[in-house]
Amino acid sequence: MADNNNTYNSENFKNNLIKLYESNRKYFSSDSSEKTQKLRDKAFKSFKEYGFPNKKDESWRFSKLDQLFRDDYEFDFEPKLKKFDVNKIFTCDVYDLDTYCVTLINGWFAYKNSPLSVLKDGTIIGSLSKALEIYPEIVEKSIGSTAKIDQPGFVSLNTTFMQDGLFIYVPDNIEVEKPVQIISIVDSKNPIFIQPRNLIIVGKNSKLSLIHCDHSLSHNISFTNTVSEIILNENSYIDHYKVQNKGRNSSLITSIFFKQKSDSKIINNAITLNGGFTKNQIDLQIEGENCSSNLNGLYIMDKNQHVDNQVLVKHNKSNSYSNQLYKGIVNDQASAVFSGKVYVEKDSQNTKAFQNNKNILLTDEATINTQPFLEIYADDVKCSHGATVGQLDSEAMFYLRSRGLCEQTSKQLLMYAFTNEIINEISIEPLKNNIASLVEKRLKGELSICDQCILNCDSSEPKFIQNILD
Amino acid sequence: MQKDKNIINKFTEESDYKYGFYSDIETEIAPKGLTEETIHFISKKKNEPDFMLEFRLKAFRHWQTMKEPEWAHVKYQPINYQDISYYAAPKTKKPKHESIEDVDPELIETFNKLGIPLEEQKILSGVAVDAVMDSASIATTYKKKLAKEGIIFSSFSEALQEHPELIKKHIATVVPYTDNFFAALNSAVFSDGSFVYIPKGVSCPMDLSTYFRINSANTGQFERTLIVAEEGSYVSYLEGCTAPMRSENQLHAAVVEIIAHKNAEVKYSTVQNWYPGNKEGKGGIYNFVTKRGICKEENAKISWTQVETGSSVTWKYPSLILKGDNSKGEFFSVAVTNNKQQADTGTKMIHLGNNTKSSIISKGISAGFSNNSYRGLVKIGKNANNSRNFSQCDSLLLGDKCGAHTFPYIEAQNKSSIVEHEATTSKISEDQLFYCLQRGIEMDNAIGLIVNGYAKDVLKKLPMEFAVEAEKLLSISLEGSVG
Repeated sequence: MADNNNTYNSENFKNNLIKLYESNRKYFSSDSSEKTQKLRDKAFKSFKEYGFPNKKDESWRFSKLDQLFRDDYEFDFEPKLKKFDVNKIFTCDVYDLDTYCVTLINGWFAYKNSPLSVLKDGTIIGSLSKALEIYPEIVEKSIGSTAKIDQPGFVSLNTTFMQDGLFIYVPDNIEVEKPVQIISIVDSKNPIFIQPRNLIIVGKNSKLSLIHCDHSLSHNISFTNTVSEIILNENSYIDHYKVQNKGRNSSLITSIFFKQKSDSKIINNAITLNGGFTKNQIDLQIEGENCSSNLNGLYIMDKNQHVDNQVLVKHNKSNSYSNQLYKGIVNDQASAVFSGKVYVEKDSQNTKAFQNNKNILLTDEATINTQPFLEIYADDVKCSHGATVGQLDSEAMFYLRSRGLCEQTSKQLLMYAFTNEIINEISIEPLKNNIASLVEKRLKGELSICDQCILNCDSSEPKFIQNILD
Repeated sequence: MQKDKNIINKFTEESDYKYGFYSDIETEIAPKGLTEETIHFISKKKNEPDFMLEFRLKAFRHWQTMKEPEWAHVKYQPINYQDISYYAAPKTKKPKHESIEDVDPELIETFNKLGIPLEEQKILSGVAVDAVMDSASIATTYKKKLAKEGIIFSSFSEALQEHPELIKKHIATVVPYTDNFFAALNSAVFSDGSFVYIPKGVSCPMDLSTYFRINSANTGQFERTLIVAEEGSYVSYLEGCTAPMRSENQLHAAVVEIIAHKNAEVKYSTVQNWYPGNKEGKGGIYNFVTKRGICKEENAKISWTQVETGSSVTWKYPSLILKGDNSKGEFFSVAVTNNKQQADTGTKMIHLGNNTKSSIISKGISAGFSNNSYRGLVKIGKNANNSRNFSQCDSLLLGDKCGAHTFPYIEAQNKSSIVEHEATTSKISEDQLFYCLQRGIEMDNAIGLIVNGYAKDVLKKLPMEFAVEAEKLLSISLEGSVG
């Protein structure tokens, strides 16, 4: 992406997008209700005012955005669905994993004929744009209720351009039988800019497992700006997995907004195996008592890849628990950022909040920036955070080497062990096994994004492990 | 028994700030406002060499292009820089004092009230004191004894007269005037401060100490400290600060630079007790300080120890650049905020050389309606092989209206280095409190006891006389904070 014209900057990109929105209003107004149009107008106004974050913006300090700003992106304001069968171009190879699987292609829901399915327990899964048409009262009530549009960044931009994405509604007292799996595929010959919008609502006493996989089908340039809003009602539970395995030319900014009501529980796992530029923002608002949330992350970065995990956990009510655990291995010239923040609001007594970020740095060209922040305004709390940056333990290496393992195997074994703390947290057994094997392959340098697709094979990917053995 | 009573009285006294007296000393004050004229005025008053004036003017011109930083986690009324007087010196008939007897007796009285009886100390503790009231250095004790060793310990203005070459060589090499807004301001208008030079191979036989005190109203204190430790030398330097009670805010923007050469060691300890403002947060000192040391060559060591109990707003990050191989940096801090005080303090450890090591121990204590933040950076450069950092930042909360925040930044670029950071935030242990109360210790004393225990790791790093003072200060600052 270095071929980008230097004079093209965020200001140009912003102005282009503003023009683009104004000249394509018809597409957006046809995908809006009166209420969502109001939200869109507000977001547009905010985007015009704040634009993109700049380097002085604390949360974007280490993520250089310039490479994302190009003037040659294509935009699909209407679905351009491929004629061929989705299942043929992409098969998810998670064995024994029985899911309700849905696919988004370039941000559009891929099943034209059945945009919304209602399961027999009443759960609705399908296209957001269709849901707005059929269930406006559900969508309108929740959309935009958690996503923050009044600040610089990509959320107001997504809200301005939002058209389609995934919609899930789980009614009260339902335990959804099988996990729901979303596969977001980006496939375009030309550079493309897509902005999917997802809305997930889990009713009282209900339970949902959601697996969200981001893939690209080629090494072509793409920029995805996703916003997901996940609303958890009283005593509900979500098990959310995000697996990112994208090409080196793809840029991905994901913003997930969780809202938790009393007694609800979240398990969130973000696993980033490949990607050119990846930024995962999580904003978790604890709005009820006795909530618990576990936010885990794993990233394995090499070459020029960049990953930035930004997590805000805000305890607005008493008696809740939160835990963040992010681990990463960074190789070559790659860079990783972790900025976690625990914010304990006044009078949120008896809060327990923990934060931990552990990194392994394999080369002197790689960079790790970690900022585990605590901001606490209540006194009866137990909060702690920790961060480490280091290498593979030399004693452990010696132990393995002295038992006859070669250097390469020993390193792999130790790195694999390092990642296991996160992998073990995955509660869906087949998914756990699959991710474990993906990670293993990734550490051996055998995993490229082509592994799971039958198109666009690019086997010239340099191997990860060769770079480790210097 | 009488002694106990005295202690109890001390704790129950209505006036919390025991240093809040104002000395009636004739002072020479520059008119309010800041222009190039002011700088010429200060420079001329102090009879400075030309390079100093040029440096000041350069800094001033740069300062005018700068904006006041806003990123710190503090809120305060904007400062009107034209409403401050940038020079205030006690008027004395003679410009210099040969011996302690020449000093204005009222001035001596002031310092005695502060608890630094110059004469007493001369005999008892063997501490050489350079007392800075407002801007000009009043008297320097023990100078002759130090001079025998080749040590220079004098006020900054004196050093400018006597050793301009040393100042010229070292000033602004650690904190350039372009560094930040307040450093630029200080570089332009600094009035006095201390200069310490320890020659090669000399271990300073006594602790050097400076006491700062803002006396006049509507003045800012802009002192500048420069410590140079040549190869193989050692010095321990103490700095204490107080100010009288005033309802308006006063600005204190100091710069401290430390240069440690090969095998040199510098210990810098501060007890900062500027007037923190009253219970409603009215008045008090804005303490915006830039402190930085550099371990220039191998095996150098610098350690910062600070006890921060005063100031209404503190903005202070004593930093270290570990440039020489095997150099070592330490930062020990206790920061206490009560009532409406705000503190945003911490450190920066920049590792550039091989095998550099740093440790950070920070203890924050917040009470009342105060906000106390730790903000720290640990940066491991590409070439800092085998460097090591350990940071621990704990916060203690007393009461449910205060805030404790931790903002650590870790930037690592070297594969063989190890960085560890840990922090906890919790409230004062009810079990410990109960234990003390049950044994008849009063609430305030119990809190003082527990807090002192909590801060012990840092307090024990202070030189003896300071440690005693600091322990007292901790208890007094937290008086009445838990109901």
